[in-house]
Amino acid sequence: MGLSLSAALPSSAWNCHFPDCAFPAPGTEIFFFDNVFSIGPFGFNKAMIQLFLGVLIVIGFFWWAFRKPKIVPRGSQNVGEVGYGFIRDGIARDVIGKGGEKFVPFLFAFFFFIWILNFMGIFPTLVFPVTSVFAIPVAFALIVYFTWVPLGIAKQGGWGFFKNIMFPPGLPKPLYIILAPIELISNILVRPFTHCVRLFANMFAGHLLLVTFTVAAWYLFSPTIMGLLGSAVSFVVVLALTAFELLIEALQAYIFTLLTAVYIAGALHAEH
Amino acid sequence: MITVGTALAASGEGDTPSVLAVPLDEFILGIVAFFIVFFALWKLVLPKIEQTLKDRTDAIEGGIERAAKAEAEAQAMMAKYKEQIAHAHEEAADIRAKAESDAKTIIDQAKQQAEAERSAIAQRGEAQLAAERAQTVAALRQDVGGLAVDLAGRIVGESMDDDARARGVVDRFIADLEASAAGDKS
Repeated sequence: MGLSLSAALPSSAWNCHFPDCAFPAPGTEIFFFDNVFSIGPFGFNKAMIQLFLGVLIVIGFFWWAFRKPKIVPRGSQNVGEVGYGFIRDGIARDVIGKGGEKFVPFLFAFFFFIWILNFMGIFPTLVFPVTSVFAIPVAFALIVYFTWVPLGIAKQGGWGFFKNIMFPPGLPKPLYIILAPIELISNILVRPFTHCVRLFANMFAGHLLLVTFTVAAWYLFSPTIMGLLGSAVSFVVVLALTAFELLIEALQAYIFTLLTAVYIAGALHAEH
Repeated sequence: MITVGTALAASGEGDTPSVLAVPLDEFILGIVAFFIVFFALWKLVLPKIEQTLKDRTDAIEGGIERAAKAEAEAQAMMAKYKEQIAHAHEEAADIRAKAESDAKTIIDQAKQQAEAERSAIAQRGEAQLAAERAQTVAALRQDVGGLAVDLAGRIVGESMDDDARARGVVDRFIADLEASAAGDKS
């Protein structure tokens, strides 16, 4: 934590809230936290504690919603059923199609877990998206990668799997000289990288923007017209960004889950 | 992935590590966290959701079945009622016809009786009349005989009261009167 707002408060001048009256532009240091405690080699900082808080929230919510399921759903059960229908019908059946039902729990867990971890980015008192810690999207993307690659090899055979990736049918033969290596690299090497970076970068950038404007709103605050105006504008931007983040958080969870389904679909049924 | 991250991390400046660094402990915790969520939802929650949805489908299908059954029952009942109503109409018509015929018989009987009584009364009247007439004729005959004899006696001047002859004359006279009356009638 590079920032210490409380230390700036006793400042004598109203228009100087930070040490040396400088604007402390937030940098990458806002994504690193000191360990609160450790279990063996595992250090638990704010992000890791939030990670397991997310585990509890997702499991707790759905367990609570369906503790006594009713034929006619009410309240949280309704929400849970809508979520289930969304994953099963909107992603598993639409994208994977035949055999998609088996992957509903996998996709369901990804979507709601990532959504909650993202949502912590605008949740008061937490205000930090766990998915902006690169290790988390990397872990998730590798779980997906080590699901669809063995699945594809099992379904299409070792040679068949790579052949289907490298030689998409229906193209003139000489083209494969260029296409085969590109397809191999893009699917086998680049795919898991883009899969995790897409999620990470969105949450990272969103959090950085939120922090920057929040700091600016406080930095500019002073009993002058320009100070009030600048602070107010910054604050309005913070509100707008928060609303925008709400959308992005759900969207990125959806995109990650959708791509997971697309990769699994490709492994189950060879393209074209 | 990890090597890429650490390579980039090495290029980071100052004491702040690169955001693209992937510390092994965080990476492992991420995997563990996901699998906890995955297994808990897979084994505990999703079967419940699926069961609930299945129960609902069953309930709805059962409801439709029950409704169809109820409808069939209602229709059977309606057919039965219609039949009963038709039967009742028939019965009513029968009763009406019977009542009409009964009424006719009763009226006929009453008419016959009235007729019989009327003729009996008429007969009785006729007989009475005849008897009265005969009585009257007998009385008249006696009276008229006496009067005529008295009259004749006065005219002739001799009493014909207890005379057989006189009686014979009177009888003849009356017989003549009757004969002429009968002759006039005919």
